[in-house]
Amino acid sequence: MLYLFYLLAAVSILSAVTVVAARSPITSVIALIVCFLSIAGHYILLNAQFLAMVHVIVYTGAILILMLFVIMLLNMNQLVEQRKPLLVRIAAVATGGLFFLVLLAATHQGLSVAPAHFDAGIGLVHTIGTVLFRDYLVPFEVSSVLFLAAMAGAMVLAKKDGTEHVNLPPSSEPGQNA
Amino acid sequence: MENVITAIRVVPLGHYFFLCFLLFAIGMAGALLRRNILIVIMCLELMLNSVNLLLVALSAFLGDTGGQVFVFFIMLVAAAEVTVGLAILVQLKRNTDGVDINQLNRLKW
Amino acid sequence: MVRTDLLAMLVPAMPLLGTLIIGFGRRKFTANTAGGLATVLVALSFVLTLVLFLGHHGERHIVHLFNWITVGEMQIPFTFQIDALSLWMMLFITGVAALIHGYSIGYMHDDPRVATFFAQLNLFTFAMLLLVMGSNFLVTFIGWEGVGLCSYLLIGFWYKTPEFNYAGRKAFVMNRIGDVGMVLAMALLFLQFGTLNYAPVMDKAGLMAPNNPVVITATLLLFLGATGKSAQIPLLTWLPDAMAGPTPVSALIHAATMVTAGVFLVVRSSVLYELAPYTQQIVLWVGVATALFGATVGLFQNDIKKVLAYSTVSQLGYMFAAMGVGAYSAGMFHVTTHAFFKALLFLGAGSVIHALGGEQDIRKMGGLKNTTRTTYVTFLVATLAIAGIPPLSGFFSKDSIMAHAFQESPLAYALLVFAAMLTALYMFRLLFLTFFGTYRGKAHPHESPRVMTVPLVVLAVLSAVGGVLNIPHIFGGNEWLKHHLITAADGVANEDLALSAATEYGLMALSTILVVLTIWYAWTLYGKKTTLDGEPADMPFLKRLIAKRWMLDELYAYLFERPFSWLSRHLFTLGEAKVAVPVTVGTGEAAQGFGEWLRKLQNGNTSFYLFGMMLGMVLLLLITLLSA
Repeated sequence: MLYLFYLLAAVSILSAVTVVAARSPITSVIALIVCFLSIAGHYILLNAQFLAMVHVIVYTGAILILMLFVIMLLNMNQLVEQRKPLLVRIAAVATGGLFFLVLLAATHQGLSVAPAHFDAGIGLVHTIGTVLFRDYLVPFEVSSVLFLAAMAGAMVLAKKDGTEHVNLPPSSEPGQNA
Repeated sequence: MENVITAIRVVPLGHYFFLCFLLFAIGMAGALLRRNILIVIMCLELMLNSVNLLLVALSAFLGDTGGQVFVFFIMLVAAAEVTVGLAILVQLKRNTDGVDINQLNRLKW
Repeated sequence: MVRTDLLAMLVPAMPLLGTLIIGFGRRKFTANTAGGLATVLVALSFVLTLVLFLGHHGERHIVHLFNWITVGEMQIPFTFQIDALSLWMMLFITGVAALIHGYSIGYMHDDPRVATFFAQLNLFTFAMLLLVMGSNFLVTFIGWEGVGLCSYLLIGFWYKTPEFNYAGRKAFVMNRIGDVGMVLAMALLFLQFGTLNYAPVMDKAGLMAPNNPVVITATLLLFLGATGKSAQIPLLTWLPDAMAGPTPVSALIHAATMVTAGVFLVVRSSVLYELAPYTQQIVLWVGVATALFGATVGLFQNDIKKVLAYSTVSQLGYMFAAMGVGAYSAGMFHVTTHAFFKALLFLGAGSVIHALGGEQDIRKMGGLKNTTRTTYVTFLVATLAIAGIPPLSGFFSKDSIMAHAFQESPLAYALLVFAAMLTALYMFRLLFLTFFGTYRGKAHPHESPRVMTVPLVVLAVLSAVGGVLNIPHIFGGNEWLKHHLITAADGVANEDLALSAATEYGLMALSTILVVLTIWYAWTLYGKKTTLDGEPADMPFLKRLIAKRWMLDELYAYLFERPFSWLSRHLFTLGEAKVAVPVTVGTGEAAQGFGEWLRKLQNGNTSFYLFGMMLGMVLLLLITLLSA
């Protein structure tokens, strides 16, 4: 079973790297879908079936499909993305690596903690539903308001209105910005 | 089912930490590397998911349902964020004929 | 009891109501509506006071409104004290104020800001009532400051003339100097007695031995406050300048009511003064000196209101002299009669000024007794009263003071008699120059409207018969006012005269004869003047000094104003220009420069922001890591 974990972990990391490295946005999205599916596998391994289902539905089923739609609608695949200067790219990778190391170092003490007790039932729909609607009812309701606001905001933002738009200048010269 | 659960006990918690941090770092590096806003948004999603995974792992190891409920809420927020982010993206494309993050440099002062 | 409470609250509430209504609706009100409302409210206040007064039998009644300040052990309630003294003050304040309000309807009729005027006049009445009704020093102090404020506002009522504003400012500043004394006195009394309520303070003080240094200091500081408000030496120069205000204001504030606040304060704390003989001596001699000062300067003034102003200063000196010899009821008696005849004099002067279309210089008057009949007759009554001709009110009150002074110090008596002669001289000079002889001006004199003359007549009657309030024993009277007020004073010493009846008769006869002789002398000097030239240039030194008001203003300018201006100027060039400006402006410029520099960080590049954010996170984690 440990191998299953290693396999899933390798898939997630590789696909994540692909997301970042791929030239075409379509490739990135597909890689991200793979990555998220592998993470759903991790959830199942961790006995969080409900979250695994929700994750697949929300992320792969909704968000990433939405991204694909956007790519297709905006013909984004034909756009050639200019690369950032080399120095910036090195700096970006260095920052990421540094962050990774610092995180590892920061949590070094907590890594060897053995599980206190292991309850098979905590990931079940029944358990999560009970906790969600008993202890987290107010945040749950508030999040619905957040959704409403996001929905309205998205509609307002994406709507083609009749007013003049300020024409931003086209993409600035490569290498100008750090 | 029971099989899986016992199997999970084989994987040490540290592995999950390692995996999540690595995913987070990759997402972060990606967000800094790329100029396509769509990719940047995807990298953000990646980072959010790495945190989600860590939460679920800890929840499982500590036997606390609260962690999974938080993952649920993070998903909600992520969905809302993507909605708005994509709307901004569409508007940016419409206005500048591009999705370069550097085109947002008017957002100052 | 409930009835008394309610009435006592309603008395000051009436003028306050008037202030609010008229003040907020001042653009809507005309002279008649605003004045009518203000007058009716104050008159109502008077009626309520009268009801209170008639139902009063010498007891002290505390009306508790609310707890005002409660800090630690300091408990200061907002309470009114209804006793003989405060009732007596309330009675003549509301009475005189009502008459003057009515008079103002006529006098201020054509002023564009007439509603504001009435609002301020009502506010003044309210503050004055608060002053006399307060049952502790602090409530009195609110009223004290309130009347100071109203005085300032009303002196500078015609604010478009810069001199009037200066006069208002001068009054304000002078009063502040006195207020410092009062505040310090309150602090001292609170420290000593742990309360500011009159009754406990006086009770506790009554148990103390005389010449307690705290009490002496407190009484001196209170007296400093009183000199400011009541225009005694050294804080008197503001009162003559205060005549810049409209004449009804001069009558109400600067003659009849506000300036007696200092006297009231001394009477209120008479227990303390009785314990401090040194202070009493100072009060006596300051009073005598002020009486002489006012009387001498009054001789050489040509502005009709200025003469009356110095006369007020002089009469206030009498009142303080009475305080100094412990004749509190005699002082209060003089306060009352003075309120009648001085209000009358000012209103009469206002009527004359009104008749002559704003002329105030008595050299340009004369012969008005035929054209302004009512004014002349009432003015004559008031002049006789202030000069102390029996049986008018001024005779009784002034004589009572002088008899007490004789008992205490014959020198003070002699000086006061001299001041009384001077009083008769300058008052009759004023009367003769204004109403006798021939008219020397160019305007067409006319009698004032009924609304102005009726208050004159009422006040004239009061000035004439006011003496019956306190007819001394030797004339078969029972000194009603004294016995009435004695119930209010907390354990005041025996105020009865220890003089023989013969001595009293003699003193009265002496002063009366001297005064009558002075009047005759004034008649020979001014009675038949048809023309009047300016003061001769070759006056003797003393005369010139007096005509220049003993150079007091110049002295103050030399002693205080010039060093202060010098200091201010140098503080400006040194402190302001070299320290304050560089520091303040420099701080601003530094912040601005730093901001200019910092602004470059916000270059609009989203990636740059992302980098910043990430690096910040790394840094925070590192700090956590290293500090763990």
